[in-house]
Amino acid sequence: MRKLKEQTIQSAGKTDSKSMARRSSPHESAVRQVTGNARYVDDIPAPANLMHAAIGISSVASGNIKHIDLSQVWESPGVIDVITADDVPGHIDIGPVFKGDPVLADKEIKFHGQPVFAVLAKTLEMAKVAATLATIDIEKTAAILTVAEAKEAQSFVRPSHQMSQGNPALGLREAKHTAKGTLSIGGQEHLYIEGQVSMAVPQEEDRMFIYTSSQHPSEVQKLVAEVLDIKLNKVVVDMRRMGGGFGGKETQAAQWACIAALFAARKGCAVKLRLPRQQDMIVTGKRHPFENSFEVGFDDNGKINAAKIEVNGNCGHSPDLSDAIVDRAMFHADNTYFLEHCQIDGHRLKTHQVSHTAYRGFGGPQGMIMAEAMIDKVARATGKDPLEVRKLNLYGENNGLTTPYGMHIENDLSAEIITKLEQSSDYWARRASITEFNKSSPIIKKGLALTPVKFGISFTAKHLNQAGALVHVYTDGSIQANHGGTEMGQGLHTKIGQIVANEFGVSLDEVEVTSTRTDKVPNTSPTAASSGTDLNGKAVQNACIAIKQRLADFFADSVNAGPDLVQFHDNKITCGKHELSWESLVQKAYFARVSLSASGFYKTPKLAYDRETAKGRPFFYFAYGASVSEVSIDTLTGEHKVDRVDILHDVGTSLNEGIDIGQIEGAFIQGMGWLTTEDLVWDKEGRLISNNLATYKIPAIGDTPEVFNVNLLKRPNAEDSIYHSKAVGEPPFMLAISVWCAMKDALASLADYKCDPQLETPATPERVMAAISHLRRTQ
Amino acid sequence: MIQFLLNDQLTSIDSERADLTLLNYLRDNVALTGTKEGCASGDCGACTVVIAEASQSGQSSDTENPLSYKAINSCVTFLSALQGKQVITVEQLQTGKALHPVQQAMVDANATQCGFCTPGFVMSIFALYQQNEPVNRADVITALSGNLCRCTGYKPIIAAAITACHAERDLADMQQRREVANQLNAININAENSTDNLCLPRTRQQLASFIKQYPNALLVAGSTDLALEHTQQLKPLKKLISLSYVDGLKRASQQNNTLSIGSACTLGDIQALMLEHFPSLHEIIERFASVPIRNQATLGGNIAGASPIGDMAPVLIALNASVILDNGASTRTVVLREFFTAYRQTQLSQGEWIHSIEIPLLKPNQHLVAYKISKRFEDDISAVCMALNLTLDQGVVTRLSTGFGGVAATPAFCADLEQEIVGKIWKKSECVDAGKQILTSAFTPIDDVRATAEYRIQMLENLWHRFWLETNAQDNAIATRVIQDA
Repeated sequence: MRKLKEQTIQSAGKTDSKSMARRSSPHESAVRQVTGNARYVDDIPAPANLMHAAIGISSVASGNIKHIDLSQVWESPGVIDVITADDVPGHIDIGPVFKGDPVLADKEIKFHGQPVFAVLAKTLEMAKVAATLATIDIEKTAAILTVAEAKEAQSFVRPSHQMSQGNPALGLREAKHTAKGTLSIGGQEHLYIEGQVSMAVPQEEDRMFIYTSSQHPSEVQKLVAEVLDIKLNKVVVDMRRMGGGFGGKETQAAQWACIAALFAARKGCAVKLRLPRQQDMIVTGKRHPFENSFEVGFDDNGKINAAKIEVNGNCGHSPDLSDAIVDRAMFHADNTYFLEHCQIDGHRLKTHQVSHTAYRGFGGPQGMIMAEAMIDKVARATGKDPLEVRKLNLYGENNGLTTPYGMHIENDLSAEIITKLEQSSDYWARRASITEFNKSSPIIKKGLALTPVKFGISFTAKHLNQAGALVHVYTDGSIQANHGGTEMGQGLHTKIGQIVANEFGVSLDEVEVTSTRTDKVPNTSPTAASSGTDLNGKAVQNACIAIKQRLADFFADSVNAGPDLVQFHDNKITCGKHELSWESLVQKAYFARVSLSASGFYKTPKLAYDRETAKGRPFFYFAYGASVSEVSIDTLTGEHKVDRVDILHDVGTSLNEGIDIGQIEGAFIQGMGWLTTEDLVWDKEGRLISNNLATYKIPAIGDTPEVFNVNLLKRPNAEDSIYHSKAVGEPPFMLAISVWCAMKDALASLADYKCDPQLETPATPERVMAAISHLRRTQ
Repeated sequence: MIQFLLNDQLTSIDSERADLTLLNYLRDNVALTGTKEGCASGDCGACTVVIAEASQSGQSSDTENPLSYKAINSCVTFLSALQGKQVITVEQLQTGKALHPVQQAMVDANATQCGFCTPGFVMSIFALYQQNEPVNRADVITALSGNLCRCTGYKPIIAAAITACHAERDLADMQQRREVANQLNAININAENSTDNLCLPRTRQQLASFIKQYPNALLVAGSTDLALEHTQQLKPLKKLISLSYVDGLKRASQQNNTLSIGSACTLGDIQALMLEHFPSLHEIIERFASVPIRNQATLGGNIAGASPIGDMAPVLIALNASVILDNGASTRTVVLREFFTAYRQTQLSQGEWIHSIEIPLLKPNQHLVAYKISKRFEDDISAVCMALNLTLDQGVVTRLSTGFGGVAATPAFCADLEQEIVGKIWKKSECVDAGKQILTSAFTPIDDVRATAEYRIQMLENLWHRFWLETNAQDNAIATRVIQDA
């Protein structure tokens, strides 16, 4: 038997005219979503005897538990069971990578709002009421609540790490000019509109079935098994769709599944745990706040020769994913700029806050903004337009192509994207008119900025760069595809369906992508790091090829030809002049006892990074983009408005333009929220006081700029990714840095563009006013 | 007994708890899970449903729309609000397999990602669609100001709403609407409908007698604030007395030079009337919460709640409004600036309710503004709210009335400023300086989640400056606002 030629497969993927048409197919669940038929975990019809759980939380940030009096909780109407860490039969610690995250507080209180006990009752309301009735006696200890306090106390969740190239100390000494800067960067609440929810349904003996809203079903499976002290093969996790994730359901979903499972195992009844919104905001981790600084050396033209950058992530009380998150901040502190001599230090500060976690960009945004902060600083110091300084410092043959972590940049697209966007957005004409406007407008000031994005694609934990799939062809020709990725709105299942349809040359209607289940594809990676389609798409394709190989051999054999000539297209199989409809082929193959099911696997090639030396290739490729934002600022109040945004973004060969543009627009607005309105506020006791939607403001519909031009750079990925597409989930989030830079540009006009405004983020009206005061003081 | 149409099903509720929200009823009692809970506090819109009410005129003519459609947040609505109305949920829109034009437009525009906010958006757009009016981008943004989407960035949703509202309307629909209106008109509303948990008085005498009979019962109108005590603070609200059906409390009229607004009028009900007489309040009214909240929240509730950050109180104080208080036997009039006595405290006595709010109309030489500062433009709570009502006689200040929110324990005014500025020539810059100087020490605001005290004081000064610039601009207007009125 000869193998199907790779090229046959490739051509089906690249040139089939039908696949072009499919590139605008709407989200696979769109019709169900608009009619209210799309089922989320809380919508699943209640199993008989469903009980409801709620959690009781601590009201101090740091201390030791002396005694927990649960008598009133037990006496509250409808209560069935109450548990603390002492009642966990297996592991108490559910830390995803490192230890440190107890499923319920274990002797020690580590943040304000930490879950201490859980209660099971007949109704959700009864459970919630009962959960307020405990008396928790805690011996308070001193809490570390800020990065500065943590640095002072040398309080870290993980060791510090450094990347460097050249001789940064010498570089700075020899630089014609140097400048220093600091930046305080706010965190971000995920605010998935569907909150955290899990339902555990006990099965025979000790087996457990879990419905969860999670980006990482395999981890939920593992942790549920560990807290119950049973083997992984006794737990099945099912995840059809999330109402938003954004990283907030990567590690943060498991705890609620574990608590529901603990009750379900104890009481033998189905248990649902759905967090009320305010509690959800208090007990789940957020994007890491950072306190960063830099020192940069440059010449009269603004060419940077050396930089020292320090990033300090506020990790909260435990490591969670912070090691990789701070690393990713470091990996992106260069953005698209060559830093000949540089040193990047990353610190992981431990504070008495909720453990901060994955969030779209995964530290990348908090690092990348430092590169843009340096550029702005250099531009104001040299009197150049920031765009000129950006272009002057890009990676390239002349400047250099090596990143601070020793990866050689190939196929850089930043220069091309910037040039195209500069023209299409009419940057220079608008720059001139804005300068004019600002001269004659004493109160309202306008600003403009173009910022690029270069984002590394791959999990930096190498082992996660693998994926599995399971594809079934049924006897009527319909196909079921299953894979390790989860659908959270990003359109992964739509793209997977398109890949399957394209591989078999059938219409999309023939393909059903089913819920993610740990008993169909095992040991999966989280749907994170923008990798969902790259990894699972290739794994699904791999499974399709296996089935196609069998069908091709079977068909070629039946017409006495070689399988080389076999093609799958237009709902049929052809081999030279012979052809058969897809459905007939499947039926004949079934009667001929050909297996119509296959699993697929994929691992990302070329990854070779040594963290010890901080050198190598952590990323398969980079995704690029750039945006131009224009803003107006009211210098009496600090209010601002984003007037216009132009984006040019690189998704390789788009698998679905509608979905890709949706990811870019949505990521941009979410990034804009991070940098402007979304203000996390903790009080002096360490209590989160921006803990509901009345006090924490994500962008509303009026915040979408009226002029919002989004275009794709149509350039196939030079690497062999699925159909040469590129990952799109996270990279465009960082396009929103242009809003922050444009706001600074508007403010800089107050000092004739000679000073770089100190604008901390999020740039609320109050912080804008603080930047204006600072500018006036230092001028 | 509460009777309403749930989609096309006549539904009677007899013994449910008074604090059962419509959202929980839909999801838990009748398994209509298309309507989602995102926040249970009226801030995200995932729970949006549409309420249809028979038009006030009773017998509708052929041309008039026999039903009015309003989007509301089902998470902060008690069943008591539904008497004689139709509740339309997302499940009702599809006809067989055919999507409603609003749904089809959402699909076609790629306007769904995770889909959890989608039913709420569909219903808000459906309410707009049912107005049968052409819409532009600004109308869509206003209509969807209470719906949050975390995935899309809104652009495709705006496009879908505009497309849907330009679609050809189905004429058969009008006949259906008339039939629904007839069904609704057949539902009686009277005090005898009261249940063990809920009183539905029709007259002020009945209201007074219920209050006397159940002194611990709470009065409820729009419930957008009261419901939070249940959904957020988990307090049971065992007995409620509804103000929504009491004669006169929903009436708004103009008599001589005064606008009289019944306390149970919703902000949505009175928006057109208010803007007819006070067009400069356009921004503050449109930024008062969101359309679904304004469709439920009442002016009386906003004032009786006595929130120091409720935006209507500062405006009405600056307008020199009064409230008429009633106890069923007699009424009394209290000037609004004297109504608020301490944090969340008012002059209302036990057994009294606000009957109406009386607002004197403006004379041509009065200049009224209301400014609001918040982190987000739409549906946010003021860090600072400032309302100013300036009377000029040939350029000289003859009177200034002020109102402030977010700077004290109650809605406030500034007597020092009001006195100091009278007699001054307004265009002289000394007016700016004098005002700033007074405002810098007039209040002692607090630091909280919305702003620091320092910023709030700075805003008092700078908004005063803005007011001076704007009222003196005339020929040489300079830009003072980042967001222009649509």
